[in-house]
Amino acid sequence: MLPDLPRERLLDFCRRMLLIRHFEERLIALHDAGEFRGHYHVYIGQEATGVAALSCLAAGDYIFTTHRNHGHLLARGADPGRVFAEILGRRDGYNKGKGGSFHVAAAELGFLQTSGVVAGVIPLATGTAYAAKALGNRRVTLCFFGDGALEEGAAPEALNLASLWKLPVLFLCENNGKYGAGRAAGTAQSESMAAYPLTDLPRAYKIPAREVDGADARAVYAAVSEAIDEIRRGAGPRFIETQTVRWPGGETNWPAVPAPTNLALAWDVSAVPEKAREWYRVSDPLLILLRELVERRMATRDELAALENEVKDSIAAAARFALASPYPDPEEAPKDVFA
Amino acid sequence: MRELAYYEAKFEALGDILAADERVHLIGGTFLSLSPRRKLYQEIAARYPERVVAPPISELGFCGLATGAAMAGLRPVVDLSTGSFIFEAWPQIVNEAANAFYMSGGQTRTPVVFHLFHGIRGGGAAQHSASPQAMLWNCPGLEIVLPSSPRDVKGLLKTAVASDNPTIFVDHVQLLETHGPVPERDEAIPFGVADVKRRGGDVTVIATSYMVQRALGVADRLAADGIEVEVVDPRTLVPLDFAGLMASVEKTRRVVIVDETHQSCGVGAELAARIAESGFDRLKAPIRRVSTLDVPIAYSEPLENFISPSESRIAEAVRAALA
Repeated sequence: MLPDLPRERLLDFCRRMLLIRHFEERLIALHDAGEFRGHYHVYIGQEATGVAALSCLAAGDYIFTTHRNHGHLLARGADPGRVFAEILGRRDGYNKGKGGSFHVAAAELGFLQTSGVVAGVIPLATGTAYAAKALGNRRVTLCFFGDGALEEGAAPEALNLASLWKLPVLFLCENNGKYGAGRAAGTAQSESMAAYPLTDLPRAYKIPAREVDGADARAVYAAVSEAIDEIRRGAGPRFIETQTVRWPGGETNWPAVPAPTNLALAWDVSAVPEKAREWYRVSDPLLILLRELVERRMATRDELAALENEVKDSIAAAARFALASPYPDPEEAPKDVFA
Repeated sequence: MRELAYYEAKFEALGDILAADERVHLIGGTFLSLSPRRKLYQEIAARYPERVVAPPISELGFCGLATGAAMAGLRPVVDLSTGSFIFEAWPQIVNEAANAFYMSGGQTRTPVVFHLFHGIRGGGAAQHSASPQAMLWNCPGLEIVLPSSPRDVKGLLKTAVASDNPTIFVDHVQLLETHGPVPERDEAIPFGVADVKRRGGDVTVIATSYMVQRALGVADRLAADGIEVEVVDPRTLVPLDFAGLMASVEKTRRVVIVDETHQSCGVGAELAARIAESGFDRLKAPIRRVSTLDVPIAYSEPLENFISPSESRIAEAVRAALA
């Protein structure tokens, strides 16, 4: 459902979700065209979580994310051209081509380090929170990670520290495995984690925790804004598990788009191959939002079509920027080891 | 200059760094070891209760916490206690902290210090005697500091806290009761400056950490036989004052390297390779290494002595270099 927010904010949510979707679809095309190497991860299917959650933060807050970071960067307002350039290993990337898809960082937006180790950022997030508390600057840390991160020992160690020291951090576990590969049908339970529900883990450390539908922008916004308010008031850490149904194009390490997204899919999924159709019909957070905006008369289809075209144009320009950006000078490789 | 015990100089340094900068937090409780000297640390903890904190036994968690805190404006100094425990924290130190500045394209500075006591302390056995500095030297992005005297521990700790890079402060409990001159005035000893601990013209002994003290003892005894040993201490492995080491090697043209890491791929191996690469034609004898034998650290005293870089092995290596 739509968050209880003014129309302009809802349209801004919509624009950011469209931006992420079209960015990721273009990225897959760039990979398939051989423009960058290695495996990579996209944020398709989780756009409502990232956009709604990041809208609750203030300037100066810290965000940690993982191998699946592109959507978080874009939701926070990162320049899509520089994110593309980083993933393509170009000089104008945020990390000057030294990080790549797994490590896009943008310090000016609060992304200090993006780790490719699934639980790598969870202890780091307790650290920025510890610093904020020590410095008394009221900054909050939002730490995104996937359900798999809870399988690494860094996670429980960090949860314990955050709770003991009442650190201002929100742990946001994006469980994108609902009905997905390796999960028992109809549940969000994993075959590789004995704790179920996952929120039992933070609760054991006395961290208030809740589960919300990660495809529902209203639910995510309500849960995260409440948690951030509590954290900023000094209540200590909070934990939210957002559950989404895994995008059928992302079930392997090699994403493939079943059908390119466009506004029309919100009302007619017949263009989608049958195997993936149900996801687009029921579970796609972007299409859910587009339908609701029209049903609730917040926007007309024409207005949304214009918005989507604007986003597509900006993505095309961003991709052109990245492709035109030169590779770094090889002599740059030994630099930046030490500050 | 006044004389201080090593532990006293370190105690002064810990007090000074806390007094000088409110961003400094000490995380952990054994900076002065578990020996009776730990009581002095309790004084510091009582003076700065907000900034001297005792974490749970979560090396991975609190080293990551300190790394993140450094990224966000603090200057944490973390105590890992026994060097072997750094293995519990390995992912956060070598994969997060060490890579942060490079991987972010120079956006993120991580001014954190990881303090540990390395080496054979006597009866520590295989899991409380590690010397991880060679492994750490294989992780670009970490500065590595090994004090060997009261003056150095104080001056190097100040520089470590001021550094914008993750720094491993590799200490040794066997040094705590040694004595030496320490200036009254505030002194920060820069990284990357080797120190000639004893002058001599016959053979250069490059030694680190507690092995500097052991090498000095051997040098005094060999002097009675007319052998003049020059003992050079690099003090920091990263950055390394290679020119400073080579200045001594050029003079004596004979080198023995003494350190407590295991022999294979150890500190001695790397130094020997570099010296051979750039100064092979200057050497009059093969480079000798005195390291810990390539076995886990044994518990029983005679076994432990057998594998250590002992005084007799150091003396034997010096004589061999002169043969």
